[in-house]
Amino acid sequence: MAGIVLLVIIVAVVLIIVGLYNALVRLKKRCDNGWAQIDVQLKRRYDLIPNLVETAKGYLKHEREVLENVTKARQQAIDASGVKDQAKAENLLTSTLRSLFAVVENYPDLKASQNLLAMREDLVSTENRISFARQHYNDCVMDYNTKIATVPSNILAGMFAFKPVEFFELEDMGQREAPKVSFA
Amino acid sequence: MYNEIAANKRNSWILVVLVTAVLVTLGYFMGAYWGNRYGGIFLAVIVAIVASLFAYYSGDKAILTMSRARRIEKEDYPQLFDVIEELTIAAGVPMPAVYVIDDTAPNAFATGRDPQHASVAITTGLMEKLSRDELQGVMAHEMSHVGNRDILFATMVGVMVGSIVLVSDFFLRGVFWGRSGGRRKSVGGAGGAVFLLIALVFAIVAPLFAKLLQLAVSREREYLADASAVQLTRYPEGLAAALEKIAGDKEVLEVANRATQHLYIVNPIKPFEKRGSSLFSTHPPIEERIARLRAM
Repeated sequence: MAGIVLLVIIVAVVLIIVGLYNALVRLKKRCDNGWAQIDVQLKRRYDLIPNLVETAKGYLKHEREVLENVTKARQQAIDASGVKDQAKAENLLTSTLRSLFAVVENYPDLKASQNLLAMREDLVSTENRISFARQHYNDCVMDYNTKIATVPSNILAGMFAFKPVEFFELEDMGQREAPKVSFA
Repeated sequence: MYNEIAANKRNSWILVVLVTAVLVTLGYFMGAYWGNRYGGIFLAVIVAIVASLFAYYSGDKAILTMSRARRIEKEDYPQLFDVIEELTIAAGVPMPAVYVIDDTAPNAFATGRDPQHASVAITTGLMEKLSRDELQGVMAHEMSHVGNRDILFATMVGVMVGSIVLVSDFFLRGVFWGRSGGRRKSVGGAGGAVFLLIALVFAIVAPLFAKLLQLAVSREREYLADASAVQLTRYPEGLAAALEKIAGDKEVLEVANRATQHLYIVNPIKPFEKRGSSLFSTHPPIEERIARLRAM
């Protein structure tokens, strides 16, 4: 009788451990997936920028510096590695793009061009995608980090070396409150 | 959100059980009235199973067809697709099928059984009236219904409530107009009259019960979807402004009916219409929703 009880307990414990372990793996996978999603959206932005700069070039003859900043920030972002550096470079790129569109406001011809309007929609959408991907990634990281720090998962996390994952930090509080980008 | 998903799955099961119970009881009395109780129960169980399976697998298609929604692709409305694609990233769900209803009345809804089989529909009127941010708020509300699995429960309620109403309508007609034929082997005497009475009461009460169920579920759900939408966009004003525009519009959406009204972001059946009534409202007052959003 005691043997059966013991067996039941052992089986139950093993099942619980398997369940917890799988939950950890699932959460970790979601983080990796979330990070990959950010990457996809960042690439999308890199691809849009050369076109944008090309279109704007003809109109913005006296604003060479703004355009160069965008191109430079783009290159920096492409070259960046690691969560922290990447976040910093991307934030810089976002702000240079913002100043580009601020400058565009002074050029009615360019502002009204059909080409630029379509590009603006593309870019607004991409900015949203990036911030949403980042937001989703951070949500996943929070779930995962909480899980590996709380009882009972923390015991398993220690045994199988589940490490905490870094957040994709935002530049300042202002951006945190309004991640939406509007060039209008 | 995980609790929401579990609750919606559980509620869907409860709905299936409840609807089956109602149908079986109805079937019992109908059978008794026509002289075959077990036949009535048997038929009711078959109807319940068919209705449940149909509601689960094809409820979304039935609702979209009923609402005269047509499927669109990215080329048709690029900005709408952009907005929805952005939100799928935020919510971590696959891209839903996108439908448009050609109607100037502003409204939108989501349906399907899970995020892998989800559809969102929006009227052309709403698309024209909203700015990009407002459109994002509305679609975020719909994507929240998808993510929470509200769509599963709401779609099943729509289809199953519809089927109960259909069966009792059928029965009521059978009782009122079918008796003149005198073909039926009715249980004679006072016993038969009692059965008939119970069956009649049930046939009248059943749709009412179904209606109550429908509205019990959707009021809280709207507040929750509003809140989840803000969690996605982090911009309450977008949805608040959109709701304001929809509330200020007096146009009527003809394709909406009693079985589908609870799906819409704002009740498509206006109180001034004959078919509307505040007692059976499936939505919380829109002013209250806007106020809650602005307070976030």
